[in-house]
Amino acid sequence: MYETKCDVAIIGGGPAGLSAAVAAKKEGAEKVLIIERDVKLGGILQQCIHPGFGLTYFNKELTGPEYAGAFKEEAKKLSVDALLDAMVLSVDGEEKTVTCVCSEYGVTKIHAGSIVLAMGCRERTRAQIQIPGTRPAGVYTAGAAQRLINRQNIVVGKDIVILGSGDIGMIMARRMTLEGCKVHAVVEIMDYLAGLTRNKVQCLDDFGIPLKLSHTVTRIKGNERVEGVYIAEVDENKKPIPETEEFIPCDTLLLSVGLIPENEITRGAEIEISPVTNGPTVNQYMETSKEGIFACGNVVHVNDLVDNVTVESEKAGKYAAKYAKGEMPSRNRTVPSVCGNNVRYICPQTINISGEDEKISLYFRVMAPDTGVFLTASSAGKEIYRKKELRVNPGEMCHVVINAADITGDDVTISVVK
Amino acid sequence: MKADVVIIGAGAVGCGIARELSRYKLDIVVVDKNEDIGGDASKSNSAIIHTGYDASPGTLESQLVVSANVMYDKITEDLDIPFKRCGAILPAITDEQFEKLQDIKHKAFLNGVYDVEYKTGPELLEMEPNLNPEVKGGLFIPRESIIDPFILVQALAENANDNGVRFLLNSKVTDIKTADGMVKEVVTEKETIQADIVINGAALYCDEIAAMVGKADYKVVARRGQFFILDKNTSCKVNGIVLPIPTKVTKGKLMCPTIHGNMLVGPTAEDLDDKTDKSVTPEGLKSIEDDVKRLIPGVNVRDGITQYAGLRPNRVPEGLHVDTYEDLKGYINLSGVRSTGLTLSVSMGIYIADLIRELGYPMVLKEDFKEKRKGITRVKELSEEERDALVKSDPAYGRVICRCETVTEGEILEAIRRPLGARSMDAVKRRVRAGMGRCQGGFCGPKVLEILAREAQVDETKINKNNDGSYMVVGKTR
Amino acid sequence: MEKEIICTVCPMGCHIFVEGEGDRIDRIEGFTCKRGEEYGRAEFSHPVRILTSTVKITGADQPLLPVRSEGPVPKELIPSCMEEIRNTVAKAPVGVHDVIIENICGCGVNIIASDTV
Repeated sequence: MYETKCDVAIIGGGPAGLSAAVAAKKEGAEKVLIIERDVKLGGILQQCIHPGFGLTYFNKELTGPEYAGAFKEEAKKLSVDALLDAMVLSVDGEEKTVTCVCSEYGVTKIHAGSIVLAMGCRERTRAQIQIPGTRPAGVYTAGAAQRLINRQNIVVGKDIVILGSGDIGMIMARRMTLEGCKVHAVVEIMDYLAGLTRNKVQCLDDFGIPLKLSHTVTRIKGNERVEGVYIAEVDENKKPIPETEEFIPCDTLLLSVGLIPENEITRGAEIEISPVTNGPTVNQYMETSKEGIFACGNVVHVNDLVDNVTVESEKAGKYAAKYAKGEMPSRNRTVPSVCGNNVRYICPQTINISGEDEKISLYFRVMAPDTGVFLTASSAGKEIYRKKELRVNPGEMCHVVINAADITGDDVTISVVK
Repeated sequence: MKADVVIIGAGAVGCGIARELSRYKLDIVVVDKNEDIGGDASKSNSAIIHTGYDASPGTLESQLVVSANVMYDKITEDLDIPFKRCGAILPAITDEQFEKLQDIKHKAFLNGVYDVEYKTGPELLEMEPNLNPEVKGGLFIPRESIIDPFILVQALAENANDNGVRFLLNSKVTDIKTADGMVKEVVTEKETIQADIVINGAALYCDEIAAMVGKADYKVVARRGQFFILDKNTSCKVNGIVLPIPTKVTKGKLMCPTIHGNMLVGPTAEDLDDKTDKSVTPEGLKSIEDDVKRLIPGVNVRDGITQYAGLRPNRVPEGLHVDTYEDLKGYINLSGVRSTGLTLSVSMGIYIADLIRELGYPMVLKEDFKEKRKGITRVKELSEEERDALVKSDPAYGRVICRCETVTEGEILEAIRRPLGARSMDAVKRRVRAGMGRCQGGFCGPKVLEILAREAQVDETKINKNNDGSYMVVGKTR
Repeated sequence: MEKEIICTVCPMGCHIFVEGEGDRIDRIEGFTCKRGEEYGRAEFSHPVRILTSTVKITGADQPLLPVRSEGPVPKELIPSCMEEIRNTVAKAPVGVHDVIIENICGCGVNIIASDTV
């Protein structure tokens, strides 16, 4: 069996893993190794050929391959190592060992100083939302259809209905329309858009694709291939209203119904997982409940923008390098971040008070859309941060920055208030 | 085409009969309308190998199920089939149910299932901590077992094939020709086969086949059973099969582990007019959740990775029948093969072989019958050292295609290349589990499609999910 | 003419109201930044989009090369641009930002590679 050593081992060579690798190198880690299951680095960005990446990080609009390319280039310059076509089988959190299998070296064991989990996320499927009906060919997750059309040169169908107004769904609506397919509707069970507004404008409105809010697919028809779907309006409890049911003939149903962190390896390493995000809980260094194991990107929580993934992954990479060098900030006490009014979850979930002067970024999502609000943070009953926000919505991350020195209480509560 | 025996239906029973008859010097052909072996009902059931404790004593079904159960230790080893004797419990939650236990145990005794034990409530809770704590006591049936139902059928078919049985797939039977009180020919969409013996093992469609020879003195109604499969990580699991105490109306809904560590919950029992309607319905799924919660209050169907429905052939009037006819020599009609069909697939062949001998047909044992079959490599079950050596001998075993079930390209290639190999997405899935995990093929689907097309040297548009018409994709972008 | 435009410059998604005719803008409000105002004016008079797609590539271990328009192209030209993209074949090796189609549909914008292949 092949065995090797490195300072920082990074599982996943997508945007999170690449950013973490670059940051770890810059922090002075000598040997940084990315383990990637694809034959190329870049992860899901390789199939995201659309623009819209990098607006906040690079201050310019890039496509997925360009965004990934920038980090691949830098990783190469900094001599980051990569083990490609390699699938991680397990992580030993105590020994800091990663076991993987690849066609080139067989079963390989990597002994690391620290580990960064950057496996990304997977798509929710038909089963998770229990769509009734038959099980014909032609039901795809939007991401699978995207991989086929953008990387494998394959179109999955001609007449499409898309369930879910997530970004991937809307982007696929445009992509398939540009390739000559007819997208009959984008159906969303909530009464608001799940993805970014600009995607509605440029992917649906531009092409006259109807967006049906407060609607859902009630049944799939077809024994061999999809013959159509029934859709219906839903009431305030999200239950379909039978009288509103209508049939849309189509050969394909694409699902864009959410993403879930890919946490098989995290679970295996006995790392604490948040029931809200389904990803590991982390502190402000993006360190999980196991010291020396860090996590970043969509494996922690599903981000809206890759730019945010990069920022938090740089943190993970930086501190993974520090850990490997034995330079972690001291651990004096830990306080949790607590969800206040209209806050669904916060990342990081815990804050280490090291005694050092430090600015701490907290990212969070709201539960319901709102306008003209304030984002606030408080500790020991005292407000320590307040920012005005014109609008908040569950599809988009919110962000506050607090001073570590202001945290005097046993927790920090984030709230969205009028 | 000519054959001694034609078996209609490549489900568990058809393939089981084929395998048993292949011990003899007989020329056997199995025909099926589907693109793959595996039948219809044999693909979507509760994957349990029954003991026959609850059969009607004295019936053929009782005899075949009870005798089949004990055969499984050897046959699963010979044919390399994942199998586990996990046992079943029948917990009584109400006083009314508690009173029924004696009758059930007595019936098991009459069926020759002597190892059924009484258990107290605390004993049952120790066996199944997630059981309804109100349990008053119950029965334990140690030899109720779980199996990979797909691999069972594949193994029976592959071993039969290895022993000379031919399979004619994608070949719906359209007519059976008779003359002088004997069967003569089986006409399929593709070929006509002259045969001396025709065995109707068409399950859901056996009444339609029987009608071709004027022997349809019964009807088959599709009884739909909807199921949930839950994630391996679901919070509330069971260690063995947990069965409800049956009522007069229904056998009820159960929860059990699958051989691969998922949880299976169901089924419903709905009689339908349409023999093709494998829809799952919100009402059906809700009823499963509600009913099973009485046994396992913590069951979490939100952890479902798939829901599916199977159609069991429900004979009207009821009862398992194997019929031969004075006025139609060589025709053997099977009907009323229900949920116990999977279990009795291994004993039915022995019964049929006897019938054929009684008909006076020459039955000579082969001296070179191959008893064993080696399955597809299960890389996941290998030790790190074994796995390492395998990858070094063939790098395809180092490329993981399905991440949820950790299935490698090497295993998929085996599934495609072996005799009676996979031609469709579902056929690959049923052989090696690629696409059967929690992402349901979202990740590996595009790759499996590519491998199938590459191996068959066809365009991806020619690859089906399963039968004709279930095309996966429509064309190229450029 | 009056138009409500949802700003796409950043994720804020401000609703901008514009009144005018062709190049003439009489009233514009609802934006919250300078870039937003510019976007509103342009979207009203001359809507443009970044176009991304793929072209066939030969001599590579992948069938497609992702491409984009170097700058925004007039929205109404998108169908004809797609036609030209569909009929183009690139040859490996290609570097990121290499020009694949010069001056597509005569609109003065190049189609460039989004990746190195």
